[in-house]
Amino acid sequence: MTRSTSPFRELSMRRKAREIDVIVIGAGHAGLAMSAQLSARKVEHVVLEAGDIGHRWRRERWDSLRLLTPNWTLNLPGKPYAGQNADGFMHKDALADYLEGYARAVAAPVKRATPVHRVTGVGTKYRVTTTQGEWYCRALVLATGAYAEAAVPKVAEFLPQGVTQVTARDYRRAADLPRGKVLVVGGSATGLQLAQELRNAGREVILSTGEHVRMPRQLADRDVYWWLTKSGVLWESADDVDDIVRARRLPSPQLVGQPGADLNLGSLQDAGVEIVGRFAGVSQGKAQFSGNLPHLCKSADLKIQRLLQRFAESVPGVLSEEQLIVTPTELARPRLSVSLADEIKVVLWATGFKPDYRWLDVDTFDAKGRLKHSGGVVAAPGIYALGLPLMRSRASTFIAGIEPDTRALAEHLYGYLNTCTQRIAVST
Amino acid sequence: MEMTTAESPTVDNGVNVEALLGAREALTEAPAGAQFTWRATSDWVNGTHTRASVKGFHGLGEEQQHHKEFTFESDHPEVFAAEDAGATPVEFVLVGLAGCLTAGVASVAQNRGIQLRKVSATIEGNMDLQGILGIDSDVRNGFEDVTVRFDIDADATPEEIEALVAQSQKRSAVFDIVTNPTQVTVEVGA
Repeated sequence: MTRSTSPFRELSMRRKAREIDVIVIGAGHAGLAMSAQLSARKVEHVVLEAGDIGHRWRRERWDSLRLLTPNWTLNLPGKPYAGQNADGFMHKDALADYLEGYARAVAAPVKRATPVHRVTGVGTKYRVTTTQGEWYCRALVLATGAYAEAAVPKVAEFLPQGVTQVTARDYRRAADLPRGKVLVVGGSATGLQLAQELRNAGREVILSTGEHVRMPRQLADRDVYWWLTKSGVLWESADDVDDIVRARRLPSPQLVGQPGADLNLGSLQDAGVEIVGRFAGVSQGKAQFSGNLPHLCKSADLKIQRLLQRFAESVPGVLSEEQLIVTPTELARPRLSVSLADEIKVVLWATGFKPDYRWLDVDTFDAKGRLKHSGGVVAAPGIYALGLPLMRSRASTFIAGIEPDTRALAEHLYGYLNTCTQRIAVST
Repeated sequence: MEMTTAESPTVDNGVNVEALLGAREALTEAPAGAQFTWRATSDWVNGTHTRASVKGFHGLGEEQQHHKEFTFESDHPEVFAAEDAGATPVEFVLVGLAGCLTAGVASVAQNRGIQLRKVSATIEGNMDLQGILGIDSDVRNGFEDVTVRFDIDADATPEEIEALVAQSQKRSAVFDIVTNPTQVTVEVGA
């Protein structure tokens, strides 16, 4: 490996290097919650934040976004939600403000505008290189989350030149997109919300969806998160989930943060959105869609039916037989291909987000580049992750799940600091 | 433990689920072994009659063999002024889909402890001949659509049977081949 710094610069950097027990990377809800847990245990730490607190919420999401989870689920360590609107859904900017308030309340030692460029193992420590110099620490918490970057399928490379491509990370509002029909790709909460927003703005919209998770907003006047919490489904442990690899890859449930508002393929079709199958390929200037959409809709219907039955069994006496009936998803016969050049002006990739650990120069990734961890305890000594899908439980990706996750991992980390003499393998 | 040993022998669909799950585990560890190549060879007989056969295939890192060679006659029916020496090639596609989905139903049922008594499927592929005859260029050559109707008798609720069929589609190779685009290269030898 070639050194990019001169010996002199290396020396001056080293002189500035600071030592601390724990470095938390990322000051979103996860990093701040971990900071509160560490402070409660009197563990010396710093939170390094590339931008500002709640940066992604403020700067890397579309204007209209609200949380999918009601405010009463915002149960951060030491500070349960105490606002006036427990059943409301917080706007993304309000959430960023809320996190600022939380950081002040728990006196989180946050270093803003301090992006981490590289983390390497050195002896029994980690060296964390930032734009503001170097740090050495014994333990590291990765709180940059699962939603750092837009995941775009390879097929994006094969779209014709004249088609504008935008990811859900970069999309802000309908008016910014070039005129013409929009193909929204992705059957997640993001894909459906953006398809609806564009349709409401008068756009012609096609939504392409693969496997998806249908979810009612409310049941018997209670938000679905009340049911998910009460029934214990939300707290189901990662160890109890059948196919964990698949479960971790599932798109977010089809929900929008608006009391009582149902959002699903049927409601979009009723609003005039054309629904097609999974974006399978591009051939001769045409986007090709899978013919398996009826199967995927049927699977989603069966799964939501089973979930409702689970709700009814674990919270007996609330749901009537009628409330357990799932209306089958009935779509118009979907087209299998669409001419991209003639018909589509914009493709909006709502094909998910992925974590970005390129700066983590530690040998702890599997063959597919995924972080190796067990319940957030990363397969490298003293490293912990937060906020990953189904990391410890189904709640792990939600703000609601951060209190138990950070509590368990802070305990583990505390134990590690008190016993650690393990040499950290330097990656090759 | 008592309960599972008392229950498990009663469900037997003739599928060795332990071996399948073992293979899944082994191939997760050694993904190179999961690379398979399936092969068929064919010879023109006469008219629209072709005889195809399968015997060898590649997988688990080496050449494999069926225990014997299987041959298949394909032809067109008499309404096409042909000899009708075998099923039409498009019917073979339906046969493949039926075989694949039904094998999936049996395997998933075994894995879920569901005893099957009958699994019948009727598969229809609708086709507009104006496509292959070149009458209307807007009509595709292949099926306009395919419908599969299962008739299943099993020790399970209707919901469990629906879930079996859904899971079978999810894991089916032929269902994927039929519903998704596949890169196909046709070459001519020297």
